[in-house]
Amino acid sequence: MAHSGPASGLEPTAPGYLDVLESHAVFVMREVAAECQRPALLFSGGKDSAVLLRLAEKAFQPGPIPFPLLHVDTGHNFPETLEFRDLRVSQLGADLRVALVQDSIEQGRAEDPGPGQSRNRIQSVTLTDAISRGSFDACIGGARRDEDKARAKERILSVRDEHSRWQPDRQRPELWNLYHGRVGIGEHLRVFPLSDWTEIDVWRYIRREDMALPSIYYAHQRQVIQRDGMLLAVSEWVTPTPPEAAQWLSVRYRTVGDATLTGAVRSHAYTIEQVIAEIAESRVSERGATRGDDKFSESSMEDRKREGYF
Amino acid sequence: MVSAVAARRAGTDSTGVALLRLAAVGAVDDGKSTLIGRLLHDADQLTEDQLAALETANRVRGQSGVNLSFATDGLRAERERGVTIDVAYRYAVTPRRKLVIADCPGHLEYTGNMATGASTADLALVVVDISKGLREQTRRHTALALLFGVRHVLVAVNKMDLVDWNEGRFLAVAEQMQVLAGLLGNAQVQAVPISALHGDNVVERSGMAPWYRGPTLLEALEETPTSTVATEGAGGFRLPVQSVSTRSDGSVHIAGMLTGGQLRGGDAVVVLPEGRRTTVTSLATLSAPVPSALPPLSISVTLADGSRLTRGNLIAPAIDPPPVGRDQLTTVCWFAECPLEVGQRFLIKHTTKVTRGEVVAIESRLDMKSLRLTAAAQLRTNDIGVVRWRLADPIAADPYPHNRVTGSLIVIDPETNATMAAVMVGTPTLR
Ligand SMILES: Nc1nc2c(ncn2[C@@H]2O[C@H](COP(=O)(O)OP(=O)(O)O)[C@@H](O)[C@H]2O)c(=O)[nH]1
Repeated sequence: MAHSGPASGLEPTAPGYLDVLESHAVFVMREVAAECQRPALLFSGGKDSAVLLRLAEKAFQPGPIPFPLLHVDTGHNFPETLEFRDLRVSQLGADLRVALVQDSIEQGRAEDPGPGQSRNRIQSVTLTDAISRGSFDACIGGARRDEDKARAKERILSVRDEHSRWQPDRQRPELWNLYHGRVGIGEHLRVFPLSDWTEIDVWRYIRREDMALPSIYYAHQRQVIQRDGMLLAVSEWVTPTPPEAAQWLSVRYRTVGDATLTGAVRSHAYTIEQVIAEIAESRVSERGATRGDDKFSESSMEDRKREGYF
Repeated sequence: MVSAVAARRAGTDSTGVALLRLAAVGAVDDGKSTLIGRLLHDADQLTEDQLAALETANRVRGQSGVNLSFATDGLRAERERGVTIDVAYRYAVTPRRKLVIADCPGHLEYTGNMATGASTADLALVVVDISKGLREQTRRHTALALLFGVRHVLVAVNKMDLVDWNEGRFLAVAEQMQVLAGLLGNAQVQAVPISALHGDNVVERSGMAPWYRGPTLLEALEETPTSTVATEGAGGFRLPVQSVSTRSDGSVHIAGMLTGGQLRGGDAVVVLPEGRRTTVTSLATLSAPVPSALPPLSISVTLADGSRLTRGNLIAPAIDPPPVGRDQLTTVCWFAECPLEVGQRFLIKHTTKVTRGEVVAIESRLDMKSLRLTAAAQLRTNDIGVVRWRLADPIAADPYPHNRVTGSLIVIDPETNATMAAVMVGTPTLR
């Protein structure tokens, strides 16, 4: 190479922290791809999983992503998210498997919480069934340790038993970058390459990579109702019951999950720069603002993870 | 007021922000949880709902106000028993640093969890209750962190309010820590007098200690050089091969995460363990081709001779390669419940290579109190000792103080897949 060597005077600058986070996440994915027999990457179309997919793309480029994508679909979706999911899948030529919570209900594997009720918790059944059906020994997900205090305790490669249960008191020591992907029969790994990322890191990365996202992450006009301290979108599952009144507001989403339970925040951030500025100012955490499922008790995330939840 | 607060949090711009990993350690009740809570609170990293959740948690327990130490206990068993069992990770993003804080458990039985936090840390944040002095547990934690290669020890001399901000007592603890660090490795020691409870010298400078002219705890953290520059840029580069792929044009691309130093296109290199020499023909980061790259980036490279390369190989400079061998003299931190004895065989992972290894000799055990090596026939749970291994395949390994990536191994139980030990190449640097 003509431009190599100290004579060029082009000393590289120390990598920035986003480069360090990115390099580490890619390292983790490449280790899992090398050491596990049948990994899968959880992709819902939300922003964290969009970042995960971007990292997988970069980790294996110019080759294809060497594992399938798995979407556990509650059936309570924002249409924009599904559109985005399918767009990314076709851009990458990826192999998407969809596991429907509705199927688990119809097969009697999980109890229907009822119309308009969140299917967040019973997702664990669908996920566990999909993992054993696909014989996946590693499931790569976009969860971050800053999201919750139970997640703050989790390893980057986290072992699950035959029932998908997390056993927080029996975690393997995880030393240096020596991740090892060996598990026993019936067990599998949950892998969290974004463990050390925070919400603002994710957004800064999305800006740096100039990534597309579902439009609902940016401010838009939406008909919402106020319920349990959250702004819920009016949809086929959520309708105002008096004295609730629907109103049109300028909102955006900070996370996107089960549509019956994911709250919007009031916002006028139409661009990524405006979103980042808003997060830098915000005094409300991502989950606190928008996830009804985590509000119930100090331990609700821990309990769900013990049951196999992501 | 508002601008001062905003200035402590992440701005919209991320240029100039560096990543610092730290392991927070300290004896039970010395105030580690309170300190981490205080740091996050005063650096404006806690959000309204997190604060509200803390208030609710306290009300349930019949206390009032915000008890900052509850910002950190994550599992139900930990909250109920009031002990930290496993590492919890906390994050703070300031305009200068992204801090990854591994809040490490203190009890001896959770040494494996503490090692998890210490093995990747650049800095050990050691909390000492000044009214109790430097305790045995704290000495042990600090020694363990030093053994795992932290380059900096930041001593938070806490509860200064209980000793009337007595300068002499502060200096005595700072001196003791200096002596301790001098016994093991060559880390830099800095001490800050604080009160975590009242918030003195954590983020806000205190008027209580006019004799103290040094930085606040947060300033000290922000001024600590980060691993990319301090610990990985100095020596020769090492590139453990993670994967090898052949593209449609026939070119062979090697992917891996760079460590040890700068790699340049045109560099003369050696492929280990074989020892074949060749040159680097091109390299690229995850985003673009580059003339050279620095650790800890994930990169891909092509070589003039890319034949017979496999995952688990190591690429190093032709002039300064690490030694290659099947016999390795190491320092072992043993976590498993059964004792480690001569003749036992395990799986061993070194960089991206998995091989097998047999214990040839247990040379000694490290007494964590005296920091002296004593004769031993076996290592029990949470013991540290010097162990000689014979591996099934040769590995290219540096002494641990030279490179934490190529100088470290883990021991895996071939039956249960449990991670049984942390292994560092070479004997501990004791003085
Ligand atoms: N007087 C005083 N008490 C403190 C200070 N920091 C912590 N404490 C108290 O020391 C006790 C133990 O603190 P905690 O943070 O739970 O200790 P940990 O076990 O190290 O996490 C609590 O009662 C704290 O309120 C301090 O700076 N001054």
